[in-house]
Amino acid sequence: MKIEKVPMKGLTSEEYEKALKISWKPKLQYAWDNGIAIGKYLQGLKEGKLLASCCNRCGRIMLPVRSFCELCWRPTDGEIAVNDTGVVNTFAICHVNWDASRLKPDEPRHIPAVIEIDGASKGQGIMHVLGNVDPAKVKIGMKVKAVWKPVAERVGSIDDIRFFEPY
Amino acid sequence: MGYRKVAIVGAGITKFVRRAEETGPEMAYLASKMALDQAGLKLKDVEMITLGTAPDAFDGVHMKGEYLLSGAGGNGKQYIRNFVGGGTGVFAPIHGWMHVASGACDVCLVVCSEKMSSCHPHPQGAFLTIFDHTTEQPLKPTLIWIFALEMRRYMETYGLTKADIARVAVKNKNNALDHPSSQVADTVTLEDVLNSEVLAEPVHRLDISPASDGAAAMVLVSEHVAKRLTDKPVWIDGVGWNLDTAYWATKDLYYPRYVEKAARMAYEMAGITEPHKQIQVAEPYDPFDYKELHHLEGLLLCERGDAARLTAEGYTARTGNLPVCPSGGALGVGNPIAATGLMKVIEIFLQLREEAGKRQVPGKPRVGLAQAWGDLMQVGTVIVLRR
Ligand SMILES: [Zn+2]
Repeated sequence: MKIEKVPMKGLTSEEYEKALKISWKPKLQYAWDNGIAIGKYLQGLKEGKLLASCCNRCGRIMLPVRSFCELCWRPTDGEIAVNDTGVVNTFAICHVNWDASRLKPDEPRHIPAVIEIDGASKGQGIMHVLGNVDPAKVKIGMKVKAVWKPVAERVGSIDDIRFFEPY
Repeated sequence: MGYRKVAIVGAGITKFVRRAEETGPEMAYLASKMALDQAGLKLKDVEMITLGTAPDAFDGVHMKGEYLLSGAGGNGKQYIRNFVGGGTGVFAPIHGWMHVASGACDVCLVVCSEKMSSCHPHPQGAFLTIFDHTTEQPLKPTLIWIFALEMRRYMETYGLTKADIARVAVKNKNNALDHPSSQVADTVTLEDVLNSEVLAEPVHRLDISPASDGAAAMVLVSEHVAKRLTDKPVWIDGVGWNLDTAYWATKDLYYPRYVEKAARMAYEMAGITEPHKQIQVAEPYDPFDYKELHHLEGLLLCERGDAARLTAEGYTARTGNLPVCPSGGALGVGNPIAATGLMKVIEIFLQLREEAGKRQVPGKPRVGLAQAWGDLMQVGTVIVLRR
């Protein structure tokens, strides 16, 4: 059984530095269309509202806005504004950036959370971040409310909500 | 059910390493050659090939399937790339099974090759684009976020501690000491895991598998070919796969329903009615330590919320009632995404043939299972093997 004699050895950091290699740093640019449904969702955010889609067949009120109900496989039946409050379903306290670099000791920790939005169907959560809270005091089940950017600074983006804070 | 029987007759694997000098095609070649040699076949005997590999962003190579083609022996053959994120490594042999079970061919080579180190300094950045570009990416998420979120939800639901979870990392990293491919095998203790750097509370550095380079391969054949080649075929008795919504924040993260659905499909095909009694050795996907527990429950191998207790009691140790990840898993052997899943299927193949060397579980197991998982907590792939 040759699997007990597997090939390859791997490079040490020193060997890797010395090895001949070609590097490339891509400078790609994309413009992602918001689409029909998310376009409405973002317009709602710009106006300070969290919009959800309704499906009259399954009765769900869903976030984010969607053109079709993925369970019933039919068009949704319009949007309603739900509350900008919710309940923390789960959260993390993150010490690293998106590229795996570490936060400096004095930088505030990122606190991503899944927030179940009040007024939507049970379990309909969105991912956002918590702020204005001591990380040690965050709990599952905590009630939180959106903290919006001032109207003039809103551009129709998920970060028109700066963060959610306990209330 | 109208399917032809499909046997595994050979397997190959490279070392899993942080940085391979070899390219992706070179690694694919090493693993494929080893698998064909073990099966006693030449490339000319192979009719079809399926290749599993994770997102192109790791290698920075567009059309990675075509790039890896020559190493996987695909020149001038019916060759295709398959992909379901982190679930790919177990989906690849399922895809190969389709080729042979359907009668489309008698000999299919399954290859998985992954080179994550090309994306440097760390491939973590390549994961950013798995999040929704409009509603999630502006929040600058990391992949660790969603695992920390899922792990906390799981811990909270069942009242588990970080130590309950960390025992999986201890078991798997120690198991991997006996695997010739392993990258991060270590005699770590519970204290080591709990005291390792906190990345995203509750996830610590040693709760996570590493980024890796590596390849694995496997030869699948029809029944009449298997009888000519070996007196120790291992049969693919059941396959299952299932994908859940990408609206990942709208489902309860404490339980992987899509894994259960994939498992039920595989069990039905394999005639397994009581998986916790009939599956004798298992390789669930363990890129994070809590995932092994999560998956054991989704695979119906224990009661919901009970996997941590069973782990603490040694039930999932190599000598336990149900050995889990006797290979050392992604946490110990390493995690070159697609190659990891196939490494797990190979481990079950070796265990059922009683060729796993120092890793061999006692009791001459006849039935085993491997499973992989991926993307935004939404993909389950399951394969059941029998000797
Ligand atoms: Zn509906």
